[in-house]
Amino acid sequence: MGYPHPSHPRETVVLSRYFGDPEARTYDGWVKRGGYEALRKALGMDRSAIIEEVKASGLRGRGGAGFPTGLKWSFMPKDDGKPHFLVCNADESEPGTFKDREIMRWTPHALIEGCAIGAYAIQAERCYIYIRGEFTEPWAVMSRAVEEAYAQGILGGNACGSGRRVDITLHRGAGAYICGEETAMLNSLEGKRGNPRVKPPFPAQAGAFGLPTTVNNVETLAAVPHILNRGAQWYKGLCLGNPKSTGTKLMSVCGHVQRPGNYEITMGTPMKDLIYDMCGGMRDGRKLKAVIPGGSSVPILTAEEAEACVTDYEGVVEAGSMLGSGGMIVMDDTTDMVYQIWRLARFYAHESCAQCTQCREGTGWTTRILGRILAGEGKQSDYELLLDLSKNMTGTTICVLSDSCAVPIVSGIQKFRSEFEAYIRREREPALALGPA
Amino acid sequence: MSVTVHGEEAYEPVFTGETLAALERKYAEYPTKQALLLPALWMVQEKRGWISEKAIGEVAQVLGLTPALVKGVVTFYTMYHTHPVGKYFIQVCTTSPCGLCGAEETLKALLLHTGCGELGATSPDGRFTVIEVECLGACGFATPVMVNDEFIESVAPETVPALLERYR
Amino acid sequence: MSQEMVTVTIDGIAVSVPKGTTIIEAAKQAGVLVPHYCYHPSLPAPAVCRMCLVEVEKAPKLMPACVTTVADGQVVHVQSERALEQRKGVLEFLLINHPLDCPICDQSGECELQDYTFQEGRAATRYTPDFAKRYNPVEDFGPDILYVPNRCILCTRCVRFMSDVAQEATLNVSERGDRAFIGIAEAERLDHPWSGNVVDLCPVGSLLSKDFLHKARVWDLDKTGSICPGCTQGCNITIDMRDEAVVRLKPRPNMDVNRHFMCDHGRLDYRWMNRGDRVEAPLVRNGAGATAAADWDHALDAAGALLQQAGGRAVILASGRASLESLGLVRKLVSSFDVTAAVKVPLGDEAPLAGIPGLALRRERVPNLDGARLLGYTAEWDAAVEAARTAAVVVVLDADLSAGEANALSAATGKVIAFSTLIADWHEQAAVVLPVTTMVEETGVYINRDQRAQRFQQAKAPPAMARPAWWAAGEILAGQGPDADAPASAAEAFAMVARDVASLDGLTHDALGWSGRSLKNGAGVHA
Repeated sequence: MGYPHPSHPRETVVLSRYFGDPEARTYDGWVKRGGYEALRKALGMDRSAIIEEVKASGLRGRGGAGFPTGLKWSFMPKDDGKPHFLVCNADESEPGTFKDREIMRWTPHALIEGCAIGAYAIQAERCYIYIRGEFTEPWAVMSRAVEEAYAQGILGGNACGSGRRVDITLHRGAGAYICGEETAMLNSLEGKRGNPRVKPPFPAQAGAFGLPTTVNNVETLAAVPHILNRGAQWYKGLCLGNPKSTGTKLMSVCGHVQRPGNYEITMGTPMKDLIYDMCGGMRDGRKLKAVIPGGSSVPILTAEEAEACVTDYEGVVEAGSMLGSGGMIVMDDTTDMVYQIWRLARFYAHESCAQCTQCREGTGWTTRILGRILAGEGKQSDYELLLDLSKNMTGTTICVLSDSCAVPIVSGIQKFRSEFEAYIRREREPALALGPA
Repeated sequence: MSVTVHGEEAYEPVFTGETLAALERKYAEYPTKQALLLPALWMVQEKRGWISEKAIGEVAQVLGLTPALVKGVVTFYTMYHTHPVGKYFIQVCTTSPCGLCGAEETLKALLLHTGCGELGATSPDGRFTVIEVECLGACGFATPVMVNDEFIESVAPETVPALLERYR
Repeated sequence: MSQEMVTVTIDGIAVSVPKGTTIIEAAKQAGVLVPHYCYHPSLPAPAVCRMCLVEVEKAPKLMPACVTTVADGQVVHVQSERALEQRKGVLEFLLINHPLDCPICDQSGECELQDYTFQEGRAATRYTPDFAKRYNPVEDFGPDILYVPNRCILCTRCVRFMSDVAQEATLNVSERGDRAFIGIAEAERLDHPWSGNVVDLCPVGSLLSKDFLHKARVWDLDKTGSICPGCTQGCNITIDMRDEAVVRLKPRPNMDVNRHFMCDHGRLDYRWMNRGDRVEAPLVRNGAGATAAADWDHALDAAGALLQQAGGRAVILASGRASLESLGLVRKLVSSFDVTAAVKVPLGDEAPLAGIPGLALRRERVPNLDGARLLGYTAEWDAAVEAARTAAVVVVLDADLSAGEANALSAATGKVIAFSTLIADWHEQAAVVLPVTTMVEETGVYINRDQRAQRFQQAKAPPAMARPAWWAAGEILAGQGPDADAPASAAEAFAMVARDVASLDGLTHDALGWSGRSLKNGAGVHA
């Protein structure tokens, strides 16, 4: 299958196998496709065996940080008598990323199954799935699926007849990018402003409602049933050489490619193949100029860097960026890099939660400087100012939103300085009128 | 609805009858009442179209919070309206990925064809309000547009007039 | 102490602190100030201002000193180049929208933004004139509080005070990013009985007291450590005076009594301290029944004579604001009589500060009720007033008498000795009126409801001939007996009083220091 276009032969379809298949959305359809077998199996397993299996698979967090999932689960206290929670991060809002949306829209039961297994493994009786407010369609699909799962006895006080309790509650966000940061999400879930929390304590010690909590991304949890069904060794084998990055990854590719969409690749696939083969290359026969490979918060790669890049956690780091959430923003040679960097900075300025000084003031100020450059009012001293402010915004705040704003600015100035220069030297028509930033 | 008469707002509570019961049914799913704040605010917005100062007071009372706390939360989240908006509230994603694919042209077309003219303004017929929104999480389907709760993918300037016909 | 100690080195100074101490508190022990805004020892630490980031050796990133606990052998640099550069950056960010209106700002002179910018900030901003500053109008938050958003640095101390300490979340952070501001719901006012503390907590000039608005430049203020006379809680305070007038009261930290706080009732009840209708000279009633001004010698003699003539019952009607010294020596004046002694205790509503157990504005609105009790005074006021009608001698120690109460004294005309601060109609009936000082004009001791003896200092010069009541009483006593030495200071007066009271025995003014001593468990004896 595949959505919005058929799966490419070079994809390894595991999570995306039923994208575009309306029947897979229903309970019956899902069971027909092997659904909920992994959950039944899991509920009969020892918790530590599940965690060991996930550890052995090499599965790493697909939300952006890439932290080993089994290890994260093992941080949860055991038999401490306190309620535990699993929180599924479905607040997908990293610009360039749109994979979790498809998982929820097409295979809601896959996520429910993954959540139920995860909850059981960490001794949580309840899992909250925090879905961003704008995802009305995934919300509707997930709501129906959760209802079905309860009706079929998959969830509830006697989940799958195991005598175990597994409850799932869908929780709707209301428009805040920062709630994708796990501790901000916990605050939001508790009915507060979505402010990231100071760590420590980490969620495993004091998470949702001050109780031990694990937060996992949608794609991560959706992969878990497959690992239990087919074994850690199978999953581990899905890799092209680098044993630290295993399994499949949904790469969301957007921007100036022929066929934007989600591509499920085996870790280690060359980025060049992804862009030129699977996505059909650049649109309108243009040339590749730059790629932001892991959602908007990671450094920009030039065409040369991207073409040489291996798409897995380590490979992208080697190329000078990060795999992040796997949201690839591809830009062709018509792209005004200064404008794009300004637009990203504006995004972060809009989304800053207002807690930390550097972020609250820095995101706005850098946006205004970039806007001034685009308006033809830039100065030579703006480079130094932008880099200095970026330095003050990096590694100094509670979460990394501030760093994320600085990253494209710094990598943009490093790699595309001539484009800044064109505006500053008034060699290029202003792209913005000076005014609101 | 809340109606303003000579500056005095006549307020009819949201949380009565079935709405209150629906909220109360959810209490069991959370360890605290405050956790119901976002769901309760959604219920207000679904009923009233926006969240007034009086509604903030009501939510605070129902959940045992202070109005200031509730207001701090309401103003944090961009999807809660603190002012009345048009019957169809249109959000257009213009963040970089969509921006690369012409979202700003789509936005211009929407402002033109709805008659809103400018961002955040409501059209003279009270039917539409158009705003820019940051990343709708559908970057591969540029340009995504939300009309109230309806999520529409791949809107282009040339498809705007037909799209709007559905809401006239 | 069995507490585990760890040793850290902060800016080259080694210090041992209990495990679990934060770097910022450990630095205090080492005598190193870590600049900070959002951190406050009486509030939860959110680590949002990022001003207190310090360099910790072996840590890749700068660490927030307010939430990072010390580890044994840790080496911390507050004044390293990296830490300084980062603080410079924070200060620049905090100032980009700041109006720089120090010349008209009440906080100027005690502003931490001003202080740190002066110490280590950039000489000039890189923001203006290229970009316009954000402007938001001043908001009226409550009966005594204005919010000036343009000066706000969003440290959220005020928000946390209201939500975590007052436990009535009347303030919030509204909006987000650089549009954020401190907000309040339209239907609400910042009128909690302890809300004035947000003005003290605000490290900049963003939250202002209307009462103090534009009254003084703070560097013109004379500050004196004192005790709040507003109730039996005994909050430690500072009396701020400008040109011999009290212009504001501020809480003075005392972790055992009021932490960093005081209530609005106590804070705003200072106007009486500046009253001009004072008794400025002794008054003595002559044979014709008319009162006339006299010098101290004549007045003291007249009082002494009255006390020697009389026998039977003596009634003391005292103010609860009277010091332990005055209450004690006045009590000694009548020791040969049958004594009924009472203090007048106005009552009000109790207003606790929810987040600090044991801290409240108390019902009894006098500071020394427990001190008075220790000296044989009761709060049975009405009975004492009644007894005054038939008493041989009545001593009024600065009690504020109602018309009815004054009327009761008419039966005792000519037998009344008044130690008074304020002019009163009933003085006509007194044999002697002695001009005495208020607690602001003298040094003395109060004992609070938790049996804590606390010293207050003289802040203000007494008007004209007014002297402390203990002095006048001491002089009268000295005139009566050959052995008695009149005390020359409040400390001596305290010693005279203390030696007769078991729980005070051995305690001295010096031993009370700036934070007082608990009398429980014989603390006084072993002082």
